[in-house]
Amino acid sequence: MKKNIPLLIVLVAGLLVIFSEFIPHRPFSMITETLENWFMIISGFAMLLGQISLIQVNSAKVRNKDENWVYYLIGLISFAVMLITGLLWGMDKTAGILGHGEGIKTWLGLKPFDYLFENVYQHLSATMFSLLAFFIASAAYRAFIIRSFESNLLMITAVIVILGRSSFGAMLTGWLPDSLSWLHLPKLTDFIMEFPNSAAQRAIMISAGLGVIGSSLRIILGIERSYLGSDE
Amino acid sequence: MLLLFGAFCSLTAGNTTLNVSDVPHDAGDALLIKWNLPAAYKDLTLAKADSAGIWQELNLSQEPVGEFTDTDLAPNQEYRYRLTAISSSDTVSFIKNGIPTEQWFYLKKMSFLIFLLVISFAILFYIWLAKQGKDLFIRRINGLDSMEEAIGRATEKGKPILFVPGLADLDDIQTIAALTILSHLARKSAEYDTDLIVPCRSSMVLSTAREIVKEAYQSANKADSYKEQSVFYLTDDQFGYVAGIDGIMVREQPAANFFLGTFWAESLILTETGFGTGAIQTAGTAQAHQLPFFIVSCDYTLIGEELFAASAYLSKDAQQLGSLKGHDFGKLLIILLILIGVVMEISGLHWFTNFFSPEL
Amino acid sequence: MKLTPLVERRIIYIVLFVAVMLPLIFPIGWRTEVSTHARMAYDLIDKTHAGKVVIISFDYDPSTMTELHPMALSMIEHAWSKGQKIIVTALWPQGPQLADEAFEQIKKTKFPNKVYGEDYVNLGYKVGGMVSIQAMGRSMQEVFPEDSSGLKYEDIPMLKNITTLKDVAYVSSLSAGDPGMKNWIMGAHDMFGVAVTGGTTAISAPGFIPYINSQNQLVGLLGGLKAASEYESLMGVVGPASVKMDAQSVAHLLILVFIAIGNIKVLVAKRKKSQQEQEVTNG
Repeated sequence: MKKNIPLLIVLVAGLLVIFSEFIPHRPFSMITETLENWFMIISGFAMLLGQISLIQVNSAKVRNKDENWVYYLIGLISFAVMLITGLLWGMDKTAGILGHGEGIKTWLGLKPFDYLFENVYQHLSATMFSLLAFFIASAAYRAFIIRSFESNLLMITAVIVILGRSSFGAMLTGWLPDSLSWLHLPKLTDFIMEFPNSAAQRAIMISAGLGVIGSSLRIILGIERSYLGSDE
Repeated sequence: MLLLFGAFCSLTAGNTTLNVSDVPHDAGDALLIKWNLPAAYKDLTLAKADSAGIWQELNLSQEPVGEFTDTDLAPNQEYRYRLTAISSSDTVSFIKNGIPTEQWFYLKKMSFLIFLLVISFAILFYIWLAKQGKDLFIRRINGLDSMEEAIGRATEKGKPILFVPGLADLDDIQTIAALTILSHLARKSAEYDTDLIVPCRSSMVLSTAREIVKEAYQSANKADSYKEQSVFYLTDDQFGYVAGIDGIMVREQPAANFFLGTFWAESLILTETGFGTGAIQTAGTAQAHQLPFFIVSCDYTLIGEELFAASAYLSKDAQQLGSLKGHDFGKLLIILLILIGVVMEISGLHWFTNFFSPEL
Repeated sequence: MKLTPLVERRIIYIVLFVAVMLPLIFPIGWRTEVSTHARMAYDLIDKTHAGKVVIISFDYDPSTMTELHPMALSMIEHAWSKGQKIIVTALWPQGPQLADEAFEQIKKTKFPNKVYGEDYVNLGYKVGGMVSIQAMGRSMQEVFPEDSSGLKYEDIPMLKNITTLKDVAYVSSLSAGDPGMKNWIMGAHDMFGVAVTGGTTAISAPGFIPYINSQNQLVGLLGGLKAASEYESLMGVVGPASVKMDAQSVAHLLILVFIAIGNIKVLVAKRKKSQQEQEVTNG
């Protein structure tokens, strides 16, 4: 019974969504809209669950004075500061409990929430993303080694695309006559990205699509039950 | 008035019409308005009466022959339309009513339905074949075969396993595929008494993952070893989540990392950091543009459909493995359709391609 | 001197840091050739008539601002220069704030006379991604009963004739992931026939090229900082993207150098190993 009810719910919901794709008549069209609305509502409420988990995990580490507990405390304080400033003075055009905080806004230039968002959070986020540049360099240094025919092909393609996607690439081959314009690095790059690359990506997308159908069918029919925690 | 009436009569006597008809095979939310007037009439205005009977302009046209589709209508409700046309000598006006009705089938989606039924039937057929005991060959997927080895290595080193179920929410099928793999992984970890760390980006994934891991520990008779805090929420922010996971990898030094699900620009940041810690790494995603990054920095990568096949593969259940053969049938069918489509297009016969790419 | 992998990585990071920093301080001024896809996106906005209402969706956050924010600035400037009215939506939570920043910047420097509510409006963030877009196709007011400042939908002058998504001329999605451009293509274009264009990070761009097809699922695409600088050159401005392209170009060249060094290293190690094996065989 414990497993059968969820399986039945999955079967009914799955079949309803499939039918509603092909049947425009009510109530099938309304079912889709209703399920969409339910998902939006649940998404909003579910956010609270995450915040509770965050506070629980971090405060447990602070309470038990685990290794590096100071950082977990900083995490909790940051969470609290953003929550409190947002609640009290709002953000941007939205007022908080204490209004728009004109006094603080005059002193900081912005509301406290916006000040922290623009001067702390935005820069931290951009910093994390910028790590990608360093990791691409180290990964390229380690991985682009000529070993076989396939890796040679990869190397040549990589060189063309790396040069073609920079200002330098256009300058390197800009002097080529019209008859050889197809060798112009940006054009070669566009060709590689538009044809071989797109073909390979579409093949992966198609096979992934088939995987989605198979996986969904197994789940809807109750053949696959791992998402419930066990196969029994 | 008489002149107008006369003009109206002479216009309707010939082929000139205003015609309002239901758009077929839809949800009853559209009407097709067609008009056919003599060439002399240039300034046309189409209006619709609202609930108060006031005419609201819909469309202005310079063409004496044309059509307009009015959408977002309520089914089975009568709508009134007026077409006013001006020529150099007179002005005429037509009024017509129409009722949009909802049908029971989107005929334009016939090709989708046929394809879905064929693929589904193939999958079910192979499941049935597997049930009959037929031995079906499934090729090896190294990334999945190595899972047990990775868990064993973590147990030997006394280090935990990190499992990242991707960055998408529960409505993404890749996340569900990742969570079904988590179930197998969690059971193995419970059997080996290895710690499992599962940081989640979304609250809904958090609650599902917790249930899955708890059930897996219970089914391995290790309910006491289950720690609820091993499955936790980090943050919804993309790079905040990545920063958190990088911190976990550097501090906890997991011996095995699993990155399965939906990933975007942060994929390389995760896997390069994991590579730096010396962990054995398995990744899997259907995001084609992130696969190169995973392949470069991970020991094993599940490409596209291998992620969705993983749960069936790991379960070793004959029925589930049979469904994987259905995928292969689907691929063969698509190859055939592509070849036929190419030949048809080159021959100038477009009905085949048009059948599979209808305007919805 | 044998370098450990950890030390090698640190040397790579330091060299890359210096190589990217120098062109930002001392710009080189390399020119960028305009690609077909950038031109397609430009033409869509250029050929849209004055008075038309358009959507620019800020589906990114500060981490990808470097690539996507210059695109936002260029597109706002372009749309306003063509007399278009802009609706801002966001499928990511930080989108509305980034939009406000972009509009303030453009108003300050180029269009001080643009009025909120008449020339642009910020409808704010909506959770749900594809679900929200489908709902917009039925009723914009139902999805956004108020704008981000609390102004009621019916009180906003430029939204008077905008009932559903189908009433906008095009949607431009500046997208860093999901939800984002893919949802707009599947929702706005495939379901409601609205033209979709936009920009994404360079890493994600190849995944969207299949959507630039005969069915016009996507009308052009700005993929990364290079495409942003191409758009700026089409606009005839030297904006933030153009300035950063020099640094990106130098970084690309440096990666090629690293790849070459990596291969030389492996080749030398291979040669050494075969020499040693030969010595052992001979000895």
